[in-house]
Amino acid sequence: MSYAFETEGLVKRFGATTALAGIDLAARAGEVHGFLGPNGAGKSTTIRILLGLLRADAGTVRLLDGDPWRDATELHRRLAYVPGDVSLWPTVSGGEIIDLLGRLRGGLDRRRRDELLDRFELDPRKKARAYSKGNRQKVALVAALASGVELLILDEPTSGLDPLMAEVFKDCIAEERKAGRTVFLASHILAEVEQLCDRITIIRAGKIVETGTMVDLRHLTRASIRAELARRPEGLEQLPGVHELHIEGLRLSCQVETGRIGALMSRLAEYDIRELISRPPSLEETFLRHYRDQATAADREPAL
Amino acid sequence: MSAPVRTPSPPTGTASVRGAPRLAGCGSLARMALRRDRVRLIVWALLTLGILVSLVSSVVRNQQTLAQRQEYAAHIGDSAAAAAFSGPLYGLTTKGGIAVAEALTIIMFGMALGSLLLIVRYTRTDEETGRAELIASTGVSRYGRLAAAVVVVGGADLVLGAVSTLIMLAFGLPAPGCVAFGLVLTLVGWTFAGVGALFAQVFQHSRTAMGTSVAVFGAALVLRAIGDAGLIADGRSPLRYLSWASPLGWAFEVRPYAGERWWVAALMFALAVVLVGAAAALVVRRDIDAGLIPARLGRARATPRFGSAWGLAWRLQRGGIAGWGVGIALFAGVFGSFAVEMDDMARSGGSVDLLARLGGSRVPSDSWIAWTLSLAGMVSAIYVVSAVLRLRAEEDGLRTEMVLATAVGRRKWCAAHLVTAAVGVTVIMVASGLVAGLVHGLRADDLGGQLPRVLGGALVQVPAALLMAAVAFAVHAFLPRLTALAWVAVVGAVLLTQIGASLRFDQAVLDISPFTHAPKAPAAPVHAAPLLWFLGSAVLLAAAGLYRVGRRDIGVS
Repeated sequence: MSYAFETEGLVKRFGATTALAGIDLAARAGEVHGFLGPNGAGKSTTIRILLGLLRADAGTVRLLDGDPWRDATELHRRLAYVPGDVSLWPTVSGGEIIDLLGRLRGGLDRRRRDELLDRFELDPRKKARAYSKGNRQKVALVAALASGVELLILDEPTSGLDPLMAEVFKDCIAEERKAGRTVFLASHILAEVEQLCDRITIIRAGKIVETGTMVDLRHLTRASIRAELARRPEGLEQLPGVHELHIEGLRLSCQVETGRIGALMSRLAEYDIRELISRPPSLEETFLRHYRDQATAADREPAL
Repeated sequence: MSAPVRTPSPPTGTASVRGAPRLAGCGSLARMALRRDRVRLIVWALLTLGILVSLVSSVVRNQQTLAQRQEYAAHIGDSAAAAAFSGPLYGLTTKGGIAVAEALTIIMFGMALGSLLLIVRYTRTDEETGRAELIASTGVSRYGRLAAAVVVVGGADLVLGAVSTLIMLAFGLPAPGCVAFGLVLTLVGWTFAGVGALFAQVFQHSRTAMGTSVAVFGAALVLRAIGDAGLIADGRSPLRYLSWASPLGWAFEVRPYAGERWWVAALMFALAVVLVGAAAALVVRRDIDAGLIPARLGRARATPRFGSAWGLAWRLQRGGIAGWGVGIALFAGVFGSFAVEMDDMARSGGSVDLLARLGGSRVPSDSWIAWTLSLAGMVSAIYVVSAVLRLRAEEDGLRTEMVLATAVGRRKWCAAHLVTAAVGVTVIMVASGLVAGLVHGLRADDLGGQLPRVLGGALVQVPAALLMAAVAFAVHAFLPRLTALAWVAVVGAVLLTQIGASLRFDQAVLDISPFTHAPKAPAAPVHAAPLLWFLGSAVLLAAAGLYRVGRRDIGVS
């Protein structure tokens, strides 16, 4: 398995605050890897270390078989970065900035550039000062997508795009994947990551809380079940993996760990199922549960 | 464009949005501005008032007796060159008149520039950053934001004027003159606050608004300089009317300590009101974040040259080089043109001592040129510090990280900016030397002889400016959070050299400033040692800074 990048035990402190407390993160070559976390979780700090802008206090990073701190300029020819907060030179036009960034990286596919400008409906003649946040983001996106590099590092790239443009963006990412490029996509928009990504890593408060494919993550999550039965069920609380069980007459609702659904179903069948609704866990729920659990765990810790 | 909504007397019972006070939000916004900029405002006030105290105290000390003042008047009173700087020279036999001649121009600089920069900051800059939009979505009316800016800046001007009056009174000067002096300062502040407010409505970009306002101030300065020089050279010269085309000319025509003419002050007040009124009329006729002059479209594609760290640094700095270059060269040309008068003055028995002190030569025109060039050199040092500190703005604005995420290395990025700034300051001084040399050479009827001397005198000012640039870069590299130190260094050095001597500071203190050691060519021979020291230290500081930039975190300060 070859990796576009790999980090181990990454630690970064800013004064007294610890931004990253041991990050293990890897993106396989050719995959679209989602990097999920709330604001302030450490996504941008991790990315800045990957780009060699910040130096980690501890841990190792390998990026495209190089050291992002030492070999920054050579490695940067092979990647493109779209910051979360795109800030441009106010008096320079969008078209000029796209060309500039392309040339600074070492080249730009002109045909692809014009095609992308068209698809994103961006007027390249406007000065950057006149662009909205979404349009500034488009400038950086077009520059990155037209560069034909191996690795795209995108930090919340759709946060300023309208839904239509977000769709265009998704199409572009699908094309990049088809072309065999690696995309590392930091986001706090769950649906976006769920649709686009092969694998996902979840970060919270400077720590990786989970990583894997959507299928892997679902194993860790629960399905929510609603059922109406012919007879009142009994003894379900004793079933392993069943949570938040509520029984009201013949109606039942509960959550069940994904691996235990079969066992629950055979028990329910004994009471004659009249109606059954099972919802697959969305990433949203996975996500919220992580934060809730983490937060309650933090609450339980004695105050210092 | 629609007319502003006017509701002369909202009918009772229809307490609609239209009935909201037209200045809604002004008070809280003004308080916020005071809070946000308390340090900025205090530094501005202390700097302006500190310079006033130091200048006036030296006048009061040195011009005690009538005989001393008569000597001063005899030396300066008929000098067109002195008038260009000091105004029309009214009442030179009084301490007050001399204080006005020595201090008013410099203090007006502080009042006008401070006022116009701050008012653009509170109006256009806020719109550009989007803060205004946030504010406009609350209960603040369209007038409210402008009104808050006018209240804060105008109020600061009023306080500065009042304190100046008290300072002048404390020096024992006649009360009507002191009131007129303070009033003039306040009115100059208000006038240029009005200029800034107006251009903040016209232009969409705060830098354009500030630049245009500063250019208007520069034009007012030059018009008055030429007008007053004309007046002193020949009382009936038509040039003297130029002073009346400049609000700074009006300021002198109020004649503090020389038979105050209050109606001129009324004129200034009227101008300020008209300017602010025009800004207020525009603010309700335009969209938020839009200007009256729409931004032009740029290129759809970059030119082939715009594709490297160097191309980008040049693109970002060329406007500054052109703007500062034109301003400094204009100054050098205007002041250089008076050098010949210095020789005439000396021949007619004027004081050579004063000029010798300025420039260190027994040839008055050389001293004058040397003084002009050293001043140009100091201003160009301030320019080059601002150019180097663009690196800081780029990093704070998160644009640096986008560049460094490409194949551009940190050191190359910094070096591109440093070299561009160094070339820029050299170009500016060459242009200034050429313009001053040309004007002086033509007037002295010795172009072939004077041009190379003046040009050389301008060029030897460059190393001290480069040292200040390197200091600024080192601050950026080692103490990114304390960029203000770079400003303290360069402004402190300029003030120390400019004002320290007249305050009779100890030579050891004056020696701290590099500008004290800068050559006074063509008035005095150029020694290589200080220049080599400047260049050597500049190179060392720049190298240390580049080393540090390669090792520190980017974007975190």
